[in-house]
Amino acid sequence: MHGFPVLSLILAAPFIGALIVMFTPRNSYYAPRVLSAIAASISLLASLYVLFTYNWHAGGFQFEELVPLIPALGIQYHVAVDGMSVALLILTAFIIFTGVFTSWTVPERAKEFYALLLLLVTGVFGVFMSLDLFLFFLFYELAVLPMYLLIGIWGSTKYIVPRGVFGRMFQELKVGTKEYSAMKLTLYLLFGSAFILVGILAIYKVSGQFLPQNTFDFLQLSSVHFPREFQRIFFLVIYVGFGVLAGIWPLHTWSPDGHAAAPAAGSMMHAGVLMKLGAYGVVRVGMQLMPEGALMWAWLVGTIATINIVYGALSAMWQTDLKYIIAYSSVSHMGVVMLGAATLTEPGLNGSIFQMVAHGFMTGLMFALVGLVYEKTHTRNILEMGGLGKRMPGIATFFTIGGLSSLGLPALAGFVAEFLVFLGAWKSHKWYWLIPAVAGAFFTAVYVLRALKIIFWGPFNEKYKDVPDAQGPEWVSLVVLSGLLIIMGVLPFLLLRPINAAAVELLTTIKGVLP
Amino acid sequence: MNGNLLLWTLLVLLPPFVSFAWNGLVIPWRRAGKPAAYLSIVAILTSLVASLVVVKLVLADPGPHTWQAVWMPLKHAPSITVGLYLDPLAAIMLAVVALVAAMVQIYSLGYMSEEPPGSLGRYFTYHSLFAFSMLNLVAAGTLIQIYAFWELVGLCSYLLIGFWYYKPSAANAAVKAFWTTKFGDVGFAIGLVLLWAFGGSYFLPDLFHKAASGEIQAAVLSLSMLLVFFGAMGKSAQFPLHIWLPDAMEGPTPVSALIHAATMVAAGVYLVSRVFPIYTHTPEVMLFIAYIGSFTAFFAATIALVQEDIKRVLAYSTISQLGYMMAALGAGSLMAGYFHMFTHAFFKALLFLGAGSVIHAMHTNDIWKMGRLFGKMKHTALVFLIGTLALAGIPPFAGYYSKDEIVVKLFESGLTIPFLFALVTVFLTAFYMFRVIFVVFFGNKEPEGHPHESPPVMTVPMWILAILSIVAGFLFKGTFEHFFGAAAGHGAEAAEAAAHAGGHSPVALVSLVLAFAGIFFAWLIYQKEAVSHERLRNALKPLYIMLRKKYWLDDIAYFLYRRVLVDGLAFLIGWFDRYIVDGIVNFVTWLTQQSGILLRSLQNGKVQDYLYGVVLGILLILLLGAL
Repeated sequence: MHGFPVLSLILAAPFIGALIVMFTPRNSYYAPRVLSAIAASISLLASLYVLFTYNWHAGGFQFEELVPLIPALGIQYHVAVDGMSVALLILTAFIIFTGVFTSWTVPERAKEFYALLLLLVTGVFGVFMSLDLFLFFLFYELAVLPMYLLIGIWGSTKYIVPRGVFGRMFQELKVGTKEYSAMKLTLYLLFGSAFILVGILAIYKVSGQFLPQNTFDFLQLSSVHFPREFQRIFFLVIYVGFGVLAGIWPLHTWSPDGHAAAPAAGSMMHAGVLMKLGAYGVVRVGMQLMPEGALMWAWLVGTIATINIVYGALSAMWQTDLKYIIAYSSVSHMGVVMLGAATLTEPGLNGSIFQMVAHGFMTGLMFALVGLVYEKTHTRNILEMGGLGKRMPGIATFFTIGGLSSLGLPALAGFVAEFLVFLGAWKSHKWYWLIPAVAGAFFTAVYVLRALKIIFWGPFNEKYKDVPDAQGPEWVSLVVLSGLLIIMGVLPFLLLRPINAAAVELLTTIKGVLP
Repeated sequence: MNGNLLLWTLLVLLPPFVSFAWNGLVIPWRRAGKPAAYLSIVAILTSLVASLVVVKLVLADPGPHTWQAVWMPLKHAPSITVGLYLDPLAAIMLAVVALVAAMVQIYSLGYMSEEPPGSLGRYFTYHSLFAFSMLNLVAAGTLIQIYAFWELVGLCSYLLIGFWYYKPSAANAAVKAFWTTKFGDVGFAIGLVLLWAFGGSYFLPDLFHKAASGEIQAAVLSLSMLLVFFGAMGKSAQFPLHIWLPDAMEGPTPVSALIHAATMVAAGVYLVSRVFPIYTHTPEVMLFIAYIGSFTAFFAATIALVQEDIKRVLAYSTISQLGYMMAALGAGSLMAGYFHMFTHAFFKALLFLGAGSVIHAMHTNDIWKMGRLFGKMKHTALVFLIGTLALAGIPPFAGYYSKDEIVVKLFESGLTIPFLFALVTVFLTAFYMFRVIFVVFFGNKEPEGHPHESPPVMTVPMWILAILSIVAGFLFKGTFEHFFGAAAGHGAEAAEAAAHAGGHSPVALVSLVLAFAGIFFAWLIYQKEAVSHERLRNALKPLYIMLRKKYWLDDIAYFLYRRVLVDGLAFLIGWFDRYIVDGIVNFVTWLTQQSGILLRSLQNGKVQDYLYGVVLGILLILLLGAL
């Protein structure tokens, strides 16, 4: 409570970094890159400090900081972390750290790129540590918006041949261009934000009936028992609002287009971290403040999650664009996150939060790799690749590690998460959720290995005889992220202990309202 | 678990990991090739020596010696643990795995000598990972840990089948192997979930206790153990999930010997043996295992009759023998099934290494391009013959003891159909193996090219396995009976049965006669050529085609994967997503855009247009007023 404000440090480092980067000379190559790396490193070290000093025996919110901002409206700067936040801080810190190195070769306007990236990550850190809903929403928007510019300016365009009855419509909308994708992603997420804003304001409004003053403070709000009818409606509002960002079916289609068009570091941040904001929001605001609503709607959340898992995996199988494959695999894996949460069981919730982190690292690694492959071969169509393993053994190796984590191979992070969710699914009220979950894991094995085979295996392709392997700073993200996947897979308890503390508390809240 | 034993066990389990990590991380070292190979071999030899000590310690004090620690901590639900479980079953298997792995790795020095150094380093890195995973699978203390290493050996199998990844056939075989075994593992995973939910632990002693005390409902237990067996069916290539194993022969031959003959494919059998105390409480599942196993034995043997690739004959033979082991376990005899896995590991690894030696000399797998190799490759021919005699079950070779044990056990347990399958398979086995012997090593045709004997680095490991293939049967039968005979679930009855199964019962005699008959017919057709095999083939054309097509099972599997899953289901969902779900999104956007374009013309800033509007409006009002 007292002592060094480490959370503020995590938050301030990228923000101040972004400001300084904006004032570096335009022609300097190293200034924005090195400054960003330093800012990201400070956040990373501070996050690691938080992970290792967080007292998981005691649980609860720790490292609390509180500064009133607008007392009359109950708005305050209130940050603290519990086990779930700690895990997600670690995820964010590692992804931005590796993202900085992945974008080392960004060809133009490097300083604006890095400034936006740092600004975005400030927002993400803010969301994960805010205990004030106003602050929460502020940071949330800060995290969502820079993506528009990142895709619109530094994105890549995929030419789509308009076909059939949809041809004219697609042509007029410029489907597949980076401008289209940027606009689609941003509008879709703002559509979600509208729901969130309504939900948060409703909570604020109703809180006055139970508390001396209307408040946005999360801790005070969590002591409120909101009326049953209120929870029934507003859990759903919050779920849909955050669900858009979490990629719930059928509101997920921004994700493949957006992630495919975004630059590598953008997709890493977005699929790796931002989608978790959505899931985090559902759990933190939805389930923790409205446990009865969560109980009422668990069937819906879970059912949609199972659709996500199978549907995303099958869609990924059909794609030939490498980035779409990874993007759809995110849709599938976010289904695992949401399913784990919907089970409302201890293993399920643990698996859900663990999967947020595991999938973040995994998909971060995958998008970094896809970026590298695209940069070197200038194609995203896997059917034009083949035999690349010979020229890029390093990339092939890391791709295999990421893919194996994705299909849930033991000793990699994905297995721990998926298996816990399986256990949770069985223990939940709908045991049959287990079937689509397991089937999804099998389909994942099919499309991942199929993609690996088509891209890296097979006869050597003369077209790529001069293609280089990854070089210099590009290795950093590959080594760090795959190392993390292995550490999390072999020693899951490092992260599960704090996560479990948070999961148990959430379950206690929910069990408290059980009829 | 006492400190001494723990230390020796760790000395078995860890050296391959050190070798894997070093070879994997120190890239220049790996790319140098030879250093990586030597490190890997030193590591596995260390494991081998330590494993022999472990066997000695454990046989002196059978334990079981256990240890466990929390892996995934949970608070109100049972945590998931990892640990060690050492009893004679595990200890002996540790030694077998280490021994065969060591022989195969040494042999590989010769067999893979033409590989570029970088590739060689990669090969031995995979081998170290495999040795580590397989040894840990064997010593694992909890079921979840078995599952974890089970998947890891599957990964090694995938990587090594696809070792020559630039060959499309190898690439296809690798993914096919992974998918097929993973399909079985879907069952395994669900079974694990059920066991956790109802048993509350994965620790083997806990599970044994809970199964015995009836703490887990019989129906639930049966269902979960059946699901666990699906995993074993995939891994141990039981019908109908056997289709990946013959294709796996695309990998380097030493890999086939180690992974796809002696150790990894036996993991399914090992798993069933490992949790045999649970299976004894699920008689329905045991029956299922017996039927699946014996049918697989017969089924695969028939396909082996018509294979022309020497490795594929051995592959189908492996499937068939694994079926034998499963059948024995299903019939309730841990001793017979496990003993056969033990002897089979030696002689089947030997046969593959022998086949590798032949392939190394001939540069082809086609048996019809070979012939009269006996004169040119004395060592290889001799060890191959020893392996074949052991496989065919001719006394006093190792296979005789274990196979008779199985046939007798099936007879005694009253499982008539499995017994008949097993009996016919004895004849088929002898026939197809001696078909290979006569065509490749004798026959009347000169071989193509100029075959030569392989170097000592290859022949010495083969001879070591050959000696074991001769003596392992009569030397160790007593040990196995002592430790596993009584544990067979039926107690005294089983022990008594084991006592008079020493080859004196009439059943054993019949099986021996059948084996000799198989050899005789093979001799008649392929050596003496009293009956032309071409005419035989033409006479039985439909049968021949069915066998050549492998009962069309591979085609069905391909159809299911390609046409139903990828082109069917994935296409439907993918199309639906892009054009319907996203189509609606795009349509709404388009509608908004179009209506914008349409309404824009109302505010075009031209005064005359506005004037027209005003006039029109006045006229309309007047018209309305007039009405």
